[in-house]
Amino acid sequence: MMIDLILLSVLLIMVIWTVMAIRLVRSAVGLALTSVVLSILMFRLNASLAAVFELSVCAGLISVIFITTISFTRRMSKSDFKTRRRQRLSKFWPLPLIIIAAAILLFWRHFPSEVIFIRVPAENVRDVLWNTRHIDLFGQVLVLLAGAFGVVALFKENKK
Amino acid sequence: MNVSLFGLFSVFVILLFIAGTYSILVTFNLIRALIGIEILIKAVTLLIILAGYLTGNLGLAQAIAITLIVIEVVFMVVAGGIVLSIFRHHGTIDTRNLRDLKG
Repeated sequence: MMIDLILLSVLLIMVIWTVMAIRLVRSAVGLALTSVVLSILMFRLNASLAAVFELSVCAGLISVIFITTISFTRRMSKSDFKTRRRQRLSKFWPLPLIIIAAAILLFWRHFPSEVIFIRVPAENVRDVLWNTRHIDLFGQVLVLLAGAFGVVALFKENKK
Repeated sequence: MNVSLFGLFSVFVILLFIAGTYSILVTFNLIRALIGIEILIKAVTLLIILAGYLTGNLGLAQAIAITLIVIEVVFMVVAGGIVLSIFRHHGTIDTRNLRDLKG
């Protein structure tokens, strides 16, 4: 429980850093670190397959996508950066305060200490994926294909 | 303080939601809006895994989380492509300068 609390606190700090970072690249790195901490939490909740997916796809692939997108955009000039930093600080300073206030409020009026859950017979994730939720796999393939076609359509060069 | 595992995780999920929503509401930068959406999706993923862990049905929860991650990746790739296209056409990703779709 204590380790979970520490990990969740690190996760929250990473998220706040991601949101408040002035440089977009730092935000992308913060997001990757958030994914890493989330995967550790998933490992602790015995969801190892989902944790591996989170680590490889979200911490790896999505960070690459973000950093590539950011690298295609224009870098801010130094004067722009200074003005933007002041604007961002004025816009984002309430966030840590709101989060601290919400945390105090939620822990103060905390959820019931004992919650009864209806436990269902456990199934292996592979059995669920291949037997119960096999239609999801077709859906995933279709979504991936749609994404690939979307990217092709977006980056198609005009032939003149 | 006597808080259950469910209570502890759900409080942090709510806090992640607050951070993500705040990020989307306050920013004018399209990439930052995508980062905010990503934070919201991470909160949902954590909630799904927690529900599976507490109800003893981690198999189903992991299957749904994996589907969610696949959809998240495709969404991010397509959204990143749209942001790049907008940047190429308008030279900016600041939503205040994008007024061409206005009624």
